[in-house]
Amino acid sequence: MISVQNLTKKYGESIVLNIENLEIPKGQSFGLVGNNGAGKTTFFSLMLDLIQPTTGHIANNGVQVDSSEAWKPFTSAFIDETFLIGYLTPEEYFYFIGELRGRNKADIDNLLDGFEDFFHDEILGQKKYLRDLSKGNQKKAGIVASFIGDPEVIILDEPFANLDPTTQIKLKGIIKDLAANKGVTVLVSSHDLIHVTEVCERIVVLNKGELVKDISTSTETLKELEVFFGG
Amino acid sequence: MVLGVFYFMAVFLGLGIGAFYIIEKQGWGDPLLVVNRFIVYYLVGDLYVRYMLQKMPITNIKPLLYIPIDKSRIVWYSLGKTVVSFFNWSHAFFFIPFSIVLLMEGYPPLGVIGWHLGIMALFFCNNFINVLVNNKDNVFYVLLGLFTVLGICQYSELFNITVYSAPFFNALYELPWMALLICGLLIALVFSAFSYFKRHMYLDAGLIGKKSMAKTEDYAWLNRFGNLGTFLKNDIKLIRRNKRSKTAVIMSFFFIFYGLFFFTGAVEAYDGPVWKIFAGIFISGGFLFSFGQFVPSWDSSYYPLMMSQNIRYREYLTSKWYLIIIATVVSTILASFYIYFGWDTYLAVIVGAIYNIGINSYMVLWAGAYIKTPIELTSNKKAFGDKQAFNAKTLLLTLPKLILPLGVYALGHYSIGPTAGYIFVGMAGVIGFGFRNKAFAMIESIYKKEKYKTLAAYKQKA
Repeated sequence: MISVQNLTKKYGESIVLNIENLEIPKGQSFGLVGNNGAGKTTFFSLMLDLIQPTTGHIANNGVQVDSSEAWKPFTSAFIDETFLIGYLTPEEYFYFIGELRGRNKADIDNLLDGFEDFFHDEILGQKKYLRDLSKGNQKKAGIVASFIGDPEVIILDEPFANLDPTTQIKLKGIIKDLAANKGVTVLVSSHDLIHVTEVCERIVVLNKGELVKDISTSTETLKELEVFFGG
Repeated sequence: MVLGVFYFMAVFLGLGIGAFYIIEKQGWGDPLLVVNRFIVYYLVGDLYVRYMLQKMPITNIKPLLYIPIDKSRIVWYSLGKTVVSFFNWSHAFFFIPFSIVLLMEGYPPLGVIGWHLGIMALFFCNNFINVLVNNKDNVFYVLLGLFTVLGICQYSELFNITVYSAPFFNALYELPWMALLICGLLIALVFSAFSYFKRHMYLDAGLIGKKSMAKTEDYAWLNRFGNLGTFLKNDIKLIRRNKRSKTAVIMSFFFIFYGLFFFTGAVEAYDGPVWKIFAGIFISGGFLFSFGQFVPSWDSSYYPLMMSQNIRYREYLTSKWYLIIIATVVSTILASFYIYFGWDTYLAVIVGAIYNIGINSYMVLWAGAYIKTPIELTSNKKAFGDKQAFNAKTLLLTLPKLILPLGVYALGHYSIGPTAGYIFVGMAGVIGFGFRNKAFAMIESIYKKEKYKTLAAYKQKA
């Protein structure tokens, strides 16, 4: 589904990302871990064509993302609060994204019904604009918006941060289900090794922009990661 | 910003020294009495500007709350900080030289000093009134509306509030001890601001950001425009729900009255025939300049979303363009009171509007691609200009917006006659309108080219 070739990103002299080759097959739940400055968000920004690669390129379902925009209809993401429109209510935001992705109000209402317990009565019908919601609730809205329009690739940067424990557990279930049963390729980054090992079939470790580990998740993975980051 | 401060200082200083002699020379009467007549508007205007621009101290209090400092001291410190604000001492640049001139011209010192102290105290009163009413939008807009009506009444000689307010200000001069009364008022305001703040110094009380009740709105009637409607809906919400964009709309409303400077002959420099077009461009183009100029910065806080969503630039830009066109047409209709100055005058407005629609609407969108200033929608910071917004490219692009139509008019006016001038400018607009698709294609490609730079610039929060 996603194929990365000789991808580098430099700012001046410093190389912030350098991935020679990376293939992510369709329907994989893919985890990206690394310390601050490892290049996780840089990689996701490159995938969304928000920054330009210095060399190389990313192909998303055969579409080279920095030269064509044809990847947009089947790709969605929630990176940070710049993916939210603060002056809209959550409902309006969902409908807006829905309209952009060719889904009408009824479709969206249908989809939202399925997230009722994920929202825990704190998102819908609150008479609040997104900018006035708490960080965690903003995140919930952003994550759910990224599920709108049946995307084939979903990119979530640090989806577990700021979420309460109940929601974290629910989100893990949702992500697993998307990848396993709906064939969606889910890319997740996280600082929380436990979450990411639970959710992802495959974990890639970035360190200072370099791909240093590529693990197929097993029962030993958590230990292996803890040794890597602890040592 | 620093340049702006110096500019205002220079203007105030010049006015302070010059006002006395200008008023005397014009034969409007005793300069002090003239100033006293209009000072009520000056004070209200000051309050308005403060309300819009002066930053409230509460924004910086939060980090102080849990360090071991006495609460009263924090409040005094915050209030004290507002006292040294530019919004207070800038007025001294007018009133000190003006008072000195009064003394030099032989007005009794005691009276002048009493008057001076009284007026300055009133400005500080404004400071604390602003602290108290800040974020109470309804109180503020009622006041603003009231004084606008009063101003119009005065202009049309229906009712003159200055008849009632002037004696008060005159009294400051005639009975200098009155200044003490105002100082008393000031002290009362200071203490009420103090106690108000101290009482509300909790995160869930006075320090809470203002939260408005949100209502989900549908604007289903816009659905018939398809994808364009999606963006229009969003843009309307953008304008209605954010302080900064509301200010832009209010400013564009004031632009409508800008023409009064030209058509009443109030400013001699504007009497040439060519300036009518200049006025026409401004009267109908208020929204174009105050809102259109900052496309796409209005969407800066969620630009990454827009850029990774399934969005075509053409639709995004077309929506903004429609807003500009609608606002231009509405401004032109609202400006129909210029018919009072003759059909010829209103014709200048209409021709200006056609030019705005046909040419300037593209120009602002084009220039917008180069103005990479992120806009903070919820605050009015930098609402009145920002140095980043004035780079060489945007300056170059303002030329065709303002100078070109003047040139086109002059060409027709001086070679054939005034009517030809109007026709020329109008034709330019119509031709521009005809090339809509070409213009949009070009603007679209520029936006695409600038995309990464724009994203990077918006990331650096101002």
